[in-house]
Amino acid sequence: MNLHRFANPARFMRLSSALLPWCGAGAAALIGIGLYLALFIAPPDYQQGEAVRIMFVHVPAAWMASLVYALMALASAIALIWRHPLADIAALSAAPLGAGFTLLCLVTGSLWGERMWGTWWVWDARLTSVLVLFFLYLGYLALVNAFDEPGRGARAGAILALVGIVNLPIIKFSVDWWNTLHQPASVFRLGGPTIDASMLWPLAIMVLGFMLFFATLLLVRMRTTLIEAKIRVLLLSEIERHAAASPRQAVAS
Amino acid sequence: MSAFRLLVQRDLRLALRQGGDAAMVVGFFVLATILFPFGVGPEPELLARIAAGILWVTALLAALLSLERLFQADWEDGSLEALSLMPLPLEAQVLAKCLAHWLVTGLPLSATAPLLALLLQLDAAGYKVLVASLLLGTPTLSLIGAVGAALSLGARRGGVLLSLLMLPLYIPVLIFGVGAIEASIGGFGVGPHLLLLGALLAGALPLAPLAAAAALRQALE
Repeated sequence: MNLHRFANPARFMRLSSALLPWCGAGAAALIGIGLYLALFIAPPDYQQGEAVRIMFVHVPAAWMASLVYALMALASAIALIWRHPLADIAALSAAPLGAGFTLLCLVTGSLWGERMWGTWWVWDARLTSVLVLFFLYLGYLALVNAFDEPGRGARAGAILALVGIVNLPIIKFSVDWWNTLHQPASVFRLGGPTIDASMLWPLAIMVLGFMLFFATLLLVRMRTTLIEAKIRVLLLSEIERHAAASPRQAVAS
Repeated sequence: MSAFRLLVQRDLRLALRQGGDAAMVVGFFVLATILFPFGVGPEPELLARIAAGILWVTALLAALLSLERLFQADWEDGSLEALSLMPLPLEAQVLAKCLAHWLVTGLPLSATAPLLALLLQLDAAGYKVLVASLLLGTPTLSLIGAVGAALSLGARRGGVLLSLLMLPLYIPVLIFGVGAIEASIGGFGVGPHLLLLGALLAGALPLAPLAAAAALRQALE
């Protein structure tokens, strides 16, 4: 596998600038259609009533929360093994987005719980796992930003992301063991999904929309990081040029 | 092997001569636990009900408190760099340091816990399991903690950062540790909980030194 074909930042900038409008437009269209279907077309649930519509945001956010962590760990592994410069940037750029999805999942879950269970928070297994995931994201972000030298933070973060991905199943299992009163998973299981097609379609469209939304933001964040690095290099070379032209002035300022 | 023993001896000697560490950890454990009856009220039934959780949570926090110093002093005075030149692999050195750390924190914590359990009216059936679960669980805390301590070397606000990094990773140990004690009080089998604690230790024993050594290498770069 020749990853270094994509390691070239200039090629990445060209590729991403071509992809970006498509991702952005696709995300806007899919989330727009998905929200319309979810809020106006899909029937209210026979048990949950109108509150079921929260699920069309909650479920994609929950999936993205774990998917982004897995992607972050994958990018971190690539960064550690092959010292791939873009993989580092990808992991760093994905982390705040993943934390955002996790927070969205927690907030929508809490709103839904208030309608359905009559309480804002229940210490049940899945809620608790998502809360722990949120703290894993926060720990990663805190660690990455805790060093004066940026490269150091990225490498430490990469190791932490791998430690986290090894621990996530263990945490999940232990929390399940500890307590569970959540409804069992109802979309992916053997024997087909148990939710009706009128609700499955908006959900699937929303999931795709969230993925494209994430891809769009990720590309924007990665491009910004690269552009920032380029600006820093240009500024430094400018300063050096000035210093070479008039050494005394540069020292005085 | 002799290098491993020397390293353990050196760390133990340093910890004992500087005095503070073990005493501070046990002191925190005792003080934090004693605060709980003031916070929740002195009813024996209530205390007995939550004793297992209080003891495990405060023991976990006490172990966390001492983590920052695991590599910090060696890193600051440069001896970590000298140690990394030893023929003994860095992974084995991490293991030696964890062993020394456990001997001055986890072991005294496990020894003090029954005394505090007495104050919290823990059910008589729980004492043996309390000590057993702490003996099995605290080494895992030291091992996982070594990863966090190595990662946060040289970071700003190291202490708070370390707690944020470690608490999510400590949750399984806490769950199974408390679970074992509650199972024994409730008259259920404690085997599964203790086996799972042992499994966590068996997993952390090879993996944590690997991750911690990788983190130390990039801190020394």
